[in-house]
Order: sequence, then C-alpha cells, then structure tokens
Amino acid sequence: MIRVENLVKNYGDVRAVRDISFQVNDGEILGFLGENGAGKSTTLKVMTGYLSATAGDVFVDDMNIVDDSLEIRRRVGYLPELNPLYGEMIVYDLLSFIATIRRMEGRAFRQALERVVEQCGLAGVVHRAVQECSKGYKQRIGLATAMLHDPDILILDEPVTGLDPNQIVEIRELIRSLGREKTLIMSSHILQEIEATVDRIIIIHNGEIVADGLREELMSSFRGQTQLTLEVRQAENESVQRLPEQLEGVALSGTAENNGSRTLVLEYDRNTDPRERIFHYARDNGWVILEMSQARVQLEDVFRNLTAEGASDA
Amino acid sequence: MRNTKAIYLKELRSYFNSPMAYIFLVIFAVLSGYFFTSTFFLIGQSDMRALFNIVPLVFLFFVPAISMGLVAKEKNLGTMEVLTTMPIQDVEFVTGKYLAAVSLIVVGLLFTLVHFLTLLVVGTHVDIGAVITGYIGLVLVGGFYAAVGTFASSLTENQVVSLIIAIAIVMVFFLLDKLLLFIPAGLATIAQYVSVDFHLSNIARGVIDSRNLVYFAGMIWLFLALTLRVLEMRKWR
Repeated sequence: MIRVENLVKNYGDVRAVRDISFQVNDGEILGFLGENGAGKSTTLKVMTGYLSATAGDVFVDDMNIVDDSLEIRRRVGYLPELNPLYGEMIVYDLLSFIATIRRMEGRAFRQALERVVEQCGLAGVVHRAVQECSKGYKQRIGLATAMLHDPDILILDEPVTGLDPNQIVEIRELIRSLGREKTLIMSSHILQEIEATVDRIIIIHNGEIVADGLREELMSSFRGQTQLTLEVRQAENESVQRLPEQLEGVALSGTAENNGSRTLVLEYDRNTDPRERIFHYARDNGWVILEMSQARVQLEDVFRNLTAEGASDA
Repeated sequence: MRNTKAIYLKELRSYFNSPMAYIFLVIFAVLSGYFFTSTFFLIGQSDMRALFNIVPLVFLFFVPAISMGLVAKEKNLGTMEVLTTMPIQDVEFVTGKYLAAVSLIVVGLLFTLVHFLTLLVVGTHVDIGAVITGYIGLVLVGGFYAAVGTFASSLTENQVVSLIIAIAIVMVFFLLDKLLLFIPAGLATIAQYVSVDFHLSNIARGVIDSRNLVYFAGMIWLFLALTLRVLEMRKWR
C-alpha cells in the first residue's frame, strides 16, 4: 500500500505540487491524469525517491521514503517520463546490468530475462543495441528494465507517449495484464489512455487533486448539462421558439437548417431525462423526427469541467 | 561493492563502445612516444624524465576530457533518474564511475611501458626505482584530476561546461607552484603545499613520502566527497 500525505513540492518559487494526499491499495491500477505541467511527474518523482518533498510524507508498506529509501527502491519498478535508456548498450547487457544492481545473478537473472522478454515481446531485439531499436521497442525495453525484478509496485510515467496506435494497444494490454497482480500507478495527459487502462483515476490540476475516484464515480459526480441533438422536419419557427417555455428545464442552445430539415440542439440538467416530453411536444406540433441523439457524458467532459473550474479558482 | 563493480564495468564498456577511449589512447600514445624518443634517441638520455614531465601537462586536458561525461551524461540522458531510483547508493555510483576513469588513465600509462622496455633493452644505468615511483606519481596525479573531473561533471548536465570547469580547477592546482613569486610570503608555503607539482616532483625523484601520499589521497577524497554532496543536493532542488 502506498500513502501520500500532504505532499508539497516547490521548485524554487514555483509550487509544483500543493498539499496532495491519496492512498493506493494493493492490486489497484491507478491513473494520474492531468495536463502537461500539472504536477503528475513531480509527484511520481517524489514517490520513487528521486526528489525530496518540500513538505509531507510518502509511505510504501508503512516505510517512509526518506528513512527507508533503499528498501522502497528495491520494491518499486519505475519507468520515468521520456524513457531514458543507454543507447549504446546491447539490450541484453542493459538488462544484465539492471539485474546485477537488483541482485539477480545466474539462474535468477536468466529466469527474469526469459519472463520480461516474453511479457514485453523483446525476443527479436535482445542482442541489438538499444539505439538501433524502434521507439515502440525502446518503450518496451524501458518497461522491461522497470519490471525485471518482478516488483510488487510499478510506477510508469507517461508509458505510451509517442507510440503509434498499434503499439499503444500492445502496451496498454501489457499494463492491464500486469495490473492484475501488481499495484500499478501510471500517469498520462492522454485521457483515452487512462480511461482504457486504469480502475481508479486521480485528476491533478495546478498541483492539486481535483478528483479522485473510480471512473464511474467520477462520471456520476459530474455536474453539467446533457446535450440532445434533434433533427426534425416540418417544424415551424414559432413552435421551435416556444419549446423552452413549454418544456421546463430544457434550453434551446442552437438551431440549423439543412435541406428542408432542421437540427435543434437542446440542453438540460444531466440528472433529468426530458426525452419523452420532447417527443410528445414534437408530435403535438406535427414535427417529423428524423433523429434524436443524446450525447453521453464522457470522461473528457468531466476532465474539462474540473480543470476549467480549477483554473478559475486559482 | 557489487553495485560499484556493476557501475564500473558499465562505464568502462561505455568508454570502449564510444570513440572516446580510442581517441584518448591513440593521442596519448603518440604524444608520450614523441616526448620519450625526442630525448632518448636525439640526446641519448637514458631515462624517462622528459616523459614524466610532460604527462602531467597532457593530463591537464586529457583527464577532464575523459571524466567530463561521467555524471553529466547520465543527467543529460535522464538515466540518472533510472539509476538513482534503483537500490544503489550515491557513494557506489560515484566510486564506480571514478574508478572507471582512473582505469582508462592507467591503460593509457600502460602504453608507455613500451618505452620503459626500450630503455631496459638499449639504455644504460637505468634507475628502475625512479621509473616505478614516476609511474606511481602519474597514477596519483591522474587520480586527483579524475576526482576533480568527476566533481565538475556532477555540477552540470553539459559535458562541455563540465570539461571547462574541470580544466579551470586542475589548472589552479597545477599553476600554483609556478606563481609563488606573486603570492604573499605568508601564504606561499600553503600555496606550495596545495600545488600538485610540489608533491609530484618529490615522488618523481624517487622519494615516496607519506606527506605526498596524504596530499593526493586527501585531494581525491575531497573532490569525491564534494561530488557526493552535489548529488545529494539534486533531490532538494
């Protein structure tokens, strides 16, 4: 279990992380979501012991990151942002070097090597120099170095940045399969990535946590408007204009004419569902409904809403 | 110890995987060959003094060059973050790196053994003791400069900046002895004690005094300890 308590990190006068606290339970896949510069990487750097906190504490299995740094580093696998690697090294030598530092030699190293080569799909590149590998392979090599010692906790900072769609799917599947047995924390500024991979999401904005919960919880906590697009024929101007008066709680936010049909954009509170009333209103006014579609609340809406609010508060 | 060895071997491999080691070794061999043969064959002087006099001068530039990337390159590549989040202590990291640089210097010096062998075969009245202490002196100077280079490398992620800082520092220690005239009398003794040449010339004459050994060991310790301090500060930036 990882506990972050009142973490603050300043870079000179710049406050990168402002008093954040959260807990990650064993076996959980946690996603850190935030714009570039929100404080995600800084938080992960403090959690892995690379940087020291200005204030606050990080505990891993009740050990403090300052007092028991070495033991925590033994238990954690970390893939930093931008995946730094020794380009001139042969992949095998690189993994062997990491294994020596992780105290795995001989049989233990061979078994670990076999495991990560299979999990990360490195069979074709083990005897190649890192710099000769494609970006997708480099990313997998980075992952392999982080998980070579089969850590219980894996921290991945932006693990899919810069990959092509096929590679993203592969890495995503790998992360998901790893998450079944490990505590896994990943960060990303790409919403779809987080949405597709993790169980629980923490949204960081301006160094503060603005949301923390399971994906569904975040969606249900979203306070916003639902949009409904209605395409109709034979709709008189007058009946269109009267709609907001007649249907309580429904606002008309736009209309457009198109080849004899008319598209109306309606908005209402996301906790209400006036679609039946809209249907009856259309029927009573002789409209012919060609299409009625309600936009589903996306995580993106939640994210935009929260980060925009956060920005206006700041 | 295991981690120090792993870092040491990785660094050594990285020297020989890049042109760095070869450039250093070839130029060093050519320069030392020239300075040895110019006195040996032309003047017929049967010792290695000319070589031992010039190598510390060559080291002024060469040692900062081979040590400039030790830490700076790791910082620049971002691999520092990978290494320091693994179970490895800063002291193991610095020692491994430093010893790799010293090893490359020793390999360079081994190349000059060919001159020593020439001397043994065709020379007369060879003072073997002076040659051996001469080599010990060069290893100590190389070790001192490499410690300065390691320190300079930890200050920045730019290798060129690291090179310039290291040359500037070793230059001070090298020149102090030559600028004694301009130093107030009270400080002159201190300046002389701090200068490299003062200690090296003793050793090169064939005298190994513990004061000289303490000087080199102290300087190496000082600069490596400073390197560790700088690395520790990284966390608190």
